[in-house]
Amino acid sequence: MRPKTARLGGVLAAGVALTLGLAACGDGGTEAKPADGGSSAAASSTVKIGFMGDLTGPNAGIVIPPRNGAKLVIDEYNKTNPAVKVELVEYDSQGDPSKAVALAQQAIKTDKVASMIGPAFSGESAQVGPVLEEAEIPSITASATNTKLAENGWKFWHRILPNDSVQGPGIADFIAGAAAAKNVFVIDDKSEYGKPLADAVRAQLTTKGAKVVDDSLDPAESDFSSVVNKVAAAKPDAIFFGGYYAAAGNLLKQLRDKGVKDAKFFSGDGSLDRGLIDGAGAPNAEGALVGCPCYIATPDVTDAKVKGFADAYKAAFSADPSIYAAEGYDAATVFIEAVKAGNTTPDKINTFIGTVDLAGVSKQVKFGPNGEVEAKDIYMYQVKDGAITLLGKAAEAKLS
Amino acid sequence: MLNDFINQFWPATIDGLAFGSIYALIALGYTMVYGVLRLINFAHSEVFMIGTFGAMFVPFVLGINSALTGIALVGVIIAMILAGMLASAGTAIALEQIAYRPLRKRGASRLAALISAIGASIFLQELFALLVIPEVFNRPQQGRIQMGLPRLMERTELFSIFGHSVRVDQVLVIVAAIGMMIALDALVNRTKIGRGIRATAQNPEAAVLMGVDINKIVRMTFLIGGGMAGVAGALYLISYENTNYYIGFLFGIKAFTAAVLGGIGNLRGALVGGVMLGLVENYGAIFFGSDWKHVISFTILVLVLMFRPTGILGESLQQARA
Repeated sequence: MRPKTARLGGVLAAGVALTLGLAACGDGGTEAKPADGGSSAAASSTVKIGFMGDLTGPNAGIVIPPRNGAKLVIDEYNKTNPAVKVELVEYDSQGDPSKAVALAQQAIKTDKVASMIGPAFSGESAQVGPVLEEAEIPSITASATNTKLAENGWKFWHRILPNDSVQGPGIADFIAGAAAAKNVFVIDDKSEYGKPLADAVRAQLTTKGAKVVDDSLDPAESDFSSVVNKVAAAKPDAIFFGGYYAAAGNLLKQLRDKGVKDAKFFSGDGSLDRGLIDGAGAPNAEGALVGCPCYIATPDVTDAKVKGFADAYKAAFSADPSIYAAEGYDAATVFIEAVKAGNTTPDKINTFIGTVDLAGVSKQVKFGPNGEVEAKDIYMYQVKDGAITLLGKAAEAKLS
Repeated sequence: MLNDFINQFWPATIDGLAFGSIYALIALGYTMVYGVLRLINFAHSEVFMIGTFGAMFVPFVLGINSALTGIALVGVIIAMILAGMLASAGTAIALEQIAYRPLRKRGASRLAALISAIGASIFLQELFALLVIPEVFNRPQQGRIQMGLPRLMERTELFSIFGHSVRVDQVLVIVAAIGMMIALDALVNRTKIGRGIRATAQNPEAAVLMGVDINKIVRMTFLIGGGMAGVAGALYLISYENTNYYIGFLFGIKAFTAAVLGGIGNLRGALVGGVMLGLVENYGAIFFGSDWKHVISFTILVLVLMFRPTGILGESLQQARA
């Protein structure tokens, strides 16, 4: 009796699946046409802009601020009651490239976004880039700094901050210059972001005559004692870590606990987050230096435009703007300006981005033909009294 | 390179022993369940994860955010270990009850139990990321972000070996782990429950005929294995001061490796395997760089299994003399 019913059930299940599958195909076929025809009608009232990045994952702390920045400028724009409204659609990739690709397809096929801010990280950008390129959706990333991304010949990809080939040497110059370190231990997290950044720092330090010792760690682990023991044995003046803040905080804590107290700790933009201080503990993080191609408005800022942004951000999200908030704001501003100028299709928006030259909060925004922004300043930040403070441009900043 | 090894030998040894002890405590859970049921409990990694959060709950509820000393410190540490044990043992028993027993009753294959374990593992991870961490620990929107423990115990140097300091937290981990091992060894070899566990491991049918309540013994096995993972979770948390919903994954793999390395089903083998894995990882990193750490440990595992297919100590619970 039992096998029979089971077999019957199997046949039924297969039949149902088949019908559903056919129905789905049919749906897709019939839906495609009205959607095409309807898109111009829909577009006249609302343009969708995607935002993709790690919104709830382990490194969300550096993705939520640019999302907030973008949301701020879009909300400001929609409040003016324009003829064409802009809607921000969020895609939480959790920084995972495979999730990011699936979400990008959803953004293109189901949501029909006209443009995309992000993806936030370099690893996912490398995977999503070709997908957006094929669909001809323009994107501006506010935080992915891997150099190679610009070398793919993508026509629809843009980056609103300098890349790691600028960031790495900028930080290395500061380590060898202002910090006067002769013996530097450089660690990377083997990621698509951390490894090239650390390599750029290594190369520049070597040309500056500093002695470089290196090692790498697995950010999925929480015990870095083998790296820490190497650092303790090498007795460096400075340590650079290329990686994200979650690992940076644990690493810094374990270094200081193991008695590596005098070596200055440096890192790149991936570690520019309060999570570094929380992870390491405030006393351990004190004095840590973080370089970034991003500009963070500090409360004492005087520039009217930047101050206006900082105040509006604080009013909207009850927090000071942190990493990439200004870049996210500027990226969204570019898209808003495009829409204001009457460009609502991906193609027209992309053409507009190529011609844009506007004064943003973070920098003068003007893109080169390869999608890279032309302004190339790196900023240094330092942890003071348990908070991240701006030291100044890396080329000019002094250590007190 | 040899110079590096000499310079870093002692700190690497101490770290290896401390981390190896944590591996060993988790490995006990794998090895005991395997010994009794011939089943790899792949959800055991989540039992460890929940142990870290159980331990985290104590300072969280007490609102501790600065270092403690004296009696207060000892009290909090003991409370954390007990809370970790409670959370882990409770999870392990629930797992047995919900994920394994129904399958066992219906005589499902071991592969079915394996799938059930993987499912339970994913369920528990997401339960913590989506519900427990945001709600119970009051971290909305931060379920997947590492949660830190405020510094409870100052990192004071207890003594030094050849100029390399040994910290009090490292000693705590090693001593507590050894204490637990001795207690467990005594429990299995000298008590009535222990005899029941050994009997069931050797021959379940004969054990039933001799009046052993198999279900009770299986539950005890999960309880004890879970409790050990809970101790490991609390010790890890006190020493490394962070945890997240995904932390069980790597620890689970490493502890399972340690159990196989020492001889699966063998309690003392878990200790040997765990400590050996911890040491090999740290020594290997000195020679080849930390990125080769995992490669080296698994190469060693394969080499050991080639020459001793049953692991270093080999002899298992089944063959132990009653």
